[in-house]
Amino acid sequence: MSAPMVESPRAWRVNYLNVSYGIRSWLFTTDHKRIALLYLVSVTLFFFLGGFFAVLIRLELMTPPGDLVQSETYNRLFTMHGVIMIFFFLIPAIPAVLGNFLVPLMIGARDLAFPRLNLLSWYIYTLGGAFTLAAAIFGGVDTGWTFYTPYSSTYSNSNVMLTAVGIFITGFSSILTGLNFLVTIHKMRAPGMTWFRLPLFIWAHYATSIIMILGTPVVAIAILLVGLERLFHIGIFDPKLGGDPLLFQHLFWFYSHPAVYIMILPAMGVINELITCFSRRRIFGYSFIAFSSIAIATLGFLVWGHHMFTSGQSVYAGMVFSALTMLVAIPSAVKVFNWTATLYKGSVSYQAPMLYALGFIGLFTIGGLTGIFLATLAVDVHVHDTYFVVAHFHYIMVGGTIMAYLGGLHYWWPKMTGKIYPEGWARFAALVIFVGFNLTFFPQFVLGYLGMPRRYHVYPDEFQVLNVMSSAGASILGVGYLIPMIYFIWSLRYGPMAPENPWGAKGLEWLVPSPPPPHNFDVTPVVTGEPYDYSPESEREHAR
Amino acid sequence: MRAEMSSTSPSTASATSIASGRSPLAHHFDDLEQQFEASTLGMWVFLITEVMFFGGLFASYALYRALYPEGFAVASRHLDYRLGALNTAVLICSSLTMALAVRSAQLGRSRALRLFLALTMALGLVFLGVKVIEYSHKIHEHLVPGPSFRFEGPQARAAQLFFSFYFAMTGLHALHMVVGIGVLAVLWILAWRGRFSPQYYTPVEVAGLYWHFVDVVWIYLFPLLYLISRT
Amino acid sequence: MWENFPLLPKRASTFAPGVDALYGFLVGMSLFFIALIFILITVFAIKYRRRSAEEVPPPVRGSLLLEIIWIVVPLGLVLAIFGWGAALYFKMYGRAPAEALEVYVVGKQWMWHIQHPTGQREINELHIPAGRPIKLTMTTEDVIHSFYIPDFRVKKDVVPGRYTSVWFEATRPGRYRLFCAEYCGTKHSEMTGWVIVMEPVEYQNWLSSGGGGRVESLAQAGERLFQQLACDACHREDEGGLGPPLRGLFGRPVMLADGRTVVADEAYLRESILNPDAKIVAGFPSPSSMPTYQGQITEEQLLQLVAYLKSLGEGGGQR
Repeated sequence: MSAPMVESPRAWRVNYLNVSYGIRSWLFTTDHKRIALLYLVSVTLFFFLGGFFAVLIRLELMTPPGDLVQSETYNRLFTMHGVIMIFFFLIPAIPAVLGNFLVPLMIGARDLAFPRLNLLSWYIYTLGGAFTLAAAIFGGVDTGWTFYTPYSSTYSNSNVMLTAVGIFITGFSSILTGLNFLVTIHKMRAPGMTWFRLPLFIWAHYATSIIMILGTPVVAIAILLVGLERLFHIGIFDPKLGGDPLLFQHLFWFYSHPAVYIMILPAMGVINELITCFSRRRIFGYSFIAFSSIAIATLGFLVWGHHMFTSGQSVYAGMVFSALTMLVAIPSAVKVFNWTATLYKGSVSYQAPMLYALGFIGLFTIGGLTGIFLATLAVDVHVHDTYFVVAHFHYIMVGGTIMAYLGGLHYWWPKMTGKIYPEGWARFAALVIFVGFNLTFFPQFVLGYLGMPRRYHVYPDEFQVLNVMSSAGASILGVGYLIPMIYFIWSLRYGPMAPENPWGAKGLEWLVPSPPPPHNFDVTPVVTGEPYDYSPESEREHAR
Repeated sequence: MRAEMSSTSPSTASATSIASGRSPLAHHFDDLEQQFEASTLGMWVFLITEVMFFGGLFASYALYRALYPEGFAVASRHLDYRLGALNTAVLICSSLTMALAVRSAQLGRSRALRLFLALTMALGLVFLGVKVIEYSHKIHEHLVPGPSFRFEGPQARAAQLFFSFYFAMTGLHALHMVVGIGVLAVLWILAWRGRFSPQYYTPVEVAGLYWHFVDVVWIYLFPLLYLISRT
Repeated sequence: MWENFPLLPKRASTFAPGVDALYGFLVGMSLFFIALIFILITVFAIKYRRRSAEEVPPPVRGSLLLEIIWIVVPLGLVLAIFGWGAALYFKMYGRAPAEALEVYVVGKQWMWHIQHPTGQREINELHIPAGRPIKLTMTTEDVIHSFYIPDFRVKKDVVPGRYTSVWFEATRPGRYRLFCAEYCGTKHSEMTGWVIVMEPVEYQNWLSSGGGGRVESLAQAGERLFQQLACDACHREDEGGLGPPLRGLFGRPVMLADGRTVVADEAYLRESILNPDAKIVAGFPSPSSMPTYQGQITEEQLLQLVAYLKSLGEGGGQR
């Protein structure tokens, strides 16, 4: 299998970056690769904005009394941190940036099925982001990212409406992305690209798309009802008018628990690509990993009630939700074991993307196992709404999703930009992030079991030591995130030119030049073999 | 992954179609059939999203109706089931004309296509007109939830919830009707310019799916809102 | 020595040892799997490190046996954990023992109002005797709160418009922190307090001397309110009143006008006071001639009325 279009990287060649210039050529592009870069810029801005709020939170929590900011401000800080990180960074990060760039390339298509819809989804995202930013600028919102009623619908006097409108709008961008991926994966695969020849990255995005399509509309309705309640006071969530405040929790978690899987499934997809490439091994248990993604997406819709074990729902409902939640542990464990087994007798190299991938496996293992604690009814009664929960979901979302996102960004950076990033710095940053992350969030498990509730501005003195440790770790973590930002930008100008396949990786995206031409494939590829075919025969063929 | 670069690729064909600009085949599809399938699947997936969207409202409605069965029944008597039935008939007819429009497009009968599109739009406007009459009645009777809501009797709170759902659900449905009529208007212009042919009528087909879906939602709304007190 | 282990909170209720044992098991299991994965990754990454750029490892296919093992073993483990956790949960959130002392809690932005059956009221403090089950019946005036005592491993959300309840039995005298665990607005983190567990004798002393002075009992306060609001004009002792008689009502099944039968529990009494038309007793007119008390009385007064009606039902009536 050698690509017929190998050229010297120095020769000028039309690619998606240099095919046209000017701001209009970006703002009106329908090229999925350019839209991916638009998303990259937007989510990065939101990431650092959300991170800025996190810095203020950790600074405030250095001392037990509320001495840095007022309680009103603190509540707005953690709410804005959550809203921005979840709806404007974590949910779009991997699908809308890496997925957008890679789904067509990996399946041998010239673009997503609906390129204009794809651009529209970015505009919708931006519009939603603008509303949320406006809410932040006009004083913020203080309901927590969960918007629990009746606090959000009746009692809060912050900018709930603006934020709700922002999230409502952004939801549609997520729906459109999911729709586009689903149709593309069904209808646009290259000849010979059967379902079981798809890279697992694609399987993961397929499962993610299902959740985006089925879950997002429900949270949209929940938020719509909160808005109606706030505007007209019709009583849907107000018990004084006959409403039921817990209905909101059901509707909200029906989406927002699967939304957690929107954040982690694509990350798992990235890890499959990294592990195979940097151990030069066929993935261990391909079909088990593929179906575990689908299993997670399906089970994800049946477990929302595990957020409500202490809410007063019936003990029997609690038991059903607990048992179903336990089952989610199985497909997650299957993935971790298969990734580990993939390393066995491989040829492991330690480039930066691989360091992120190995870090991901470790942190995801901890995050997943602590999920079992929270699924266990009696233990959850104690740790529910404490820092244990905070630590758990940061292990999944920051230790999992962001590690995978950064790993993927490093891995595909040469493909996306045509430039090589500085490897030494990248390895250093990966280590800093890993260490900083654990220092920040591990103490929070202990804090949680000791009983410190989440969303506490003022806290008892006995929790200070662990909070100071956490804040110290956060300063390391913050530096860790700034380093890649700097060298990525540096590499755009000063980085060496990237060859078409710098890692010796398999996959259709590595057959096209870096950066790829505007329509990806000048000739449609015909797929004749499995993914991750790092067999000796294939390598000999490649060397030829 | 092993892959070969096929030389029999249709990309040259698509390149020319980009240049001409008028071809219905977008550059990234191999052929019209793939484009048709993708568009139809896309609409089906979108409709699944819509089902979940309305589903959240239906689920909330179901919860409150189970909590306040009598209040919902009493409030429902304030709706005019004759207007509701009329609208149901209007929408069923519009589904027929929409289906005939798709059929005409398949057969390439451009004048019939435009006629049926216009008829469908007209029926849609009749539906909205009736809705406006109903809404104005409710405003006069102070049945709009909020500070101006007046309802005599012990079931006032449940009635307010009922009317909240009434307005949320029929309002959302009416919004879908408005969007649908707008889409049909665009199709009518495209048909007038002769953009559709028996080989390419994907937008008509896809719009038809959407229109039928909006009708089906009404088929559920009508009994749930108008008829629950009349069993 | 476990009592002073700094990684665990104090163990001061009968639930705490059970929850800690389960937690200990989970920590042990997690450490095992974390160690397993870390060691395997480290060993593989070192042993099979890339030695030359052209190195191509031999192909290894998947193994069905391994897949089955690592599906079945974790499945068995998590189901066992589920059973263990569910059994404990059922005990905590199940019915409180009959001899439990009932205490009423009303959450309000941002404080806890506590009323003892004997009439003592406290704010942000709860005095209870050790060695006796305590049942909390809770509601809130405004948003959702959550009553959380880490040292007891007990937490329950307090939801507006309904009563939630939880029970526990403190084992050791002392002062234990009370938190609001559900975010409830600006001063959420200051909605805290203390649970003071006392030896039964001390508790008796506190009841008779401290506790804000000698006061009428909760049921007595309810009775006074019952007369103030002229409830007794219609709810008479005999059958002839406009409303149904209330003596002996609590805990009994009630025939409703629509043919259903409900048990007259706290939720039923609460609903009937706030929204008299919701459930009409068989033989009485609908709509009811009773006015609604929604917004007319506070949650605390409502609890007093409920306590009074309960005292009538359980044969301890004051009349």
